[in-house]
Amino acid sequence: MTLINEHFASGSSVIHRIDPRIKVISAAVFTIILAISQQFETLIAGFFFSFSLVLLAGLNVKEVLKRLFVIIGFLILIWVIVPLTFEGEQLFKIGPFSVMKPGVFLSARITLKSVSILMALMALTATMALSTLGHAMSRLKISGKLVHLFMITIRYIAVIEQEYGRLLRAIKIRGFKPGTNMHTYRTFAYIIGILFVRASSRADRVYQAMRCRGFDGRFISIHEFQTHKRNGVFSALMILIIIFISILEWGHLIEF
Amino acid sequence: MIKTKKTIINLDKVSFFYPDRLPILDRLDFTFYQDEKIGMMAPNGSGKTTFFHIIMGLIKPESGKIEIFEKPVTREKDFLEVRRRIGLLFQDSDDQLFNPTVLEDIAFGPLNLGKTKEEAIEISRKTLEFIGLNGFENRITYKLSGGEKKLVALATILAMEPEVLLLDEPSAGLDEKTKERITTILRSLKISYIVVSHEFDFLSEISDSIYTLDRGKILSDAEMYIHQHYHAHPYGGRPHKHKNE
Repeated sequence: MTLINEHFASGSSVIHRIDPRIKVISAAVFTIILAISQQFETLIAGFFFSFSLVLLAGLNVKEVLKRLFVIIGFLILIWVIVPLTFEGEQLFKIGPFSVMKPGVFLSARITLKSVSILMALMALTATMALSTLGHAMSRLKISGKLVHLFMITIRYIAVIEQEYGRLLRAIKIRGFKPGTNMHTYRTFAYIIGILFVRASSRADRVYQAMRCRGFDGRFISIHEFQTHKRNGVFSALMILIIIFISILEWGHLIEF
Repeated sequence: MIKTKKTIINLDKVSFFYPDRLPILDRLDFTFYQDEKIGMMAPNGSGKTTFFHIIMGLIKPESGKIEIFEKPVTREKDFLEVRRRIGLLFQDSDDQLFNPTVLEDIAFGPLNLGKTKEEAIEISRKTLEFIGLNGFENRITYKLSGGEKKLVALATILAMEPEVLLLDEPSAGLDEKTKERITTILRSLKISYIVVSHEFDFLSEISDSIYTLDRGKILSDAEMYIHQHYHAHPYGGRPHKHKNE
């Protein structure tokens, strides 16, 4: 098990070769618009575009479905609860339960939105290495502190995970079996505690090592992103898509 | 006496201790001259990491005087200069390599020293080549093997072109092949260094003289002399240890 999985990062599709900054901006705008949209036309179009982006990125469909399964649990919960608890027009009855039309519509919207947003993020932001994503964010003038928090997290989460793995093995070889009892809770509490202690002393040592190498609080990035014609083409395409779904959503508000 | 060599590090009665515990460094006197290559035998808990961290100004001694490059150093500002000129290789490479990719990590030091991006990248590539890790530029640091991490960590220090190296257990946990590579690299360096280790064979290959750091004191030859000799007895061919050593 590894916490960080950059499965989609390696690839040679068109989308993989687009400037990461454009992908980050596109993903942000596209997902925000989908998130606030209410019209079914918009959401269905958004779903279609997201799916096309996944195809364009040449992502392994099985892997994409595996990731979509993560949200399916939540969606099932929503489909079970929301249609029954909403007030409004009744669609039909199952035994004593009334299924409400606005509830069904809301559940459908949530499903479409979350699946489309997740697919768009997989196609746009997961198709670059996490470190590239960090650099793209820093180039987009996102706060340096946030970017380095992100970068150091991806670097050290693996180290902390290894430490966790070692602790688990250490208690297993001494015959530990988890159960529903005080001993188990205490053991896991100790493990979490020791992980925090180790992470904190690790942070001290990393900072010492950084000071030894002349760190004075400023981070300097060596990354440059190359310009290419396809970046312009892709930007234009994304702008058209975004305008299209915006018109679907809000077009009726404009009077000609 | 004609003084020919410059003093790099001079510790005068330096002590470091935590309350209610035996001192980690006990009125330590130590002088290190230019062009010296010193090996220091140091068992666990002998204060080796403390010793290096005091030289780098990462921790402050309770008492004693420190002179580095013939200048007294006390404040953080004094140590900024020390850290530019002395490189410290940490025992755990994971503490040292915090960047996502190898190239960025090596470029981190030179960039902090005020080099431009292009210069920093150029230095990093050259250092990787020197260390024998061509093509590692875009490798992800946390996915490297233990030996590769150690070599890259060494490269991050060498890229800053230090005048002196302090190496904290550089051979610990490495296989023979990587150990040999580190030995070759250290021997080809034209700079002074202090290596702390508890592997005598490794130290004897890379250093001109060997000291012992024990219970906060550095023991000179007169008090204790580590040596290697050959002897024979029954079952000597099997791995074994001798008492009273």
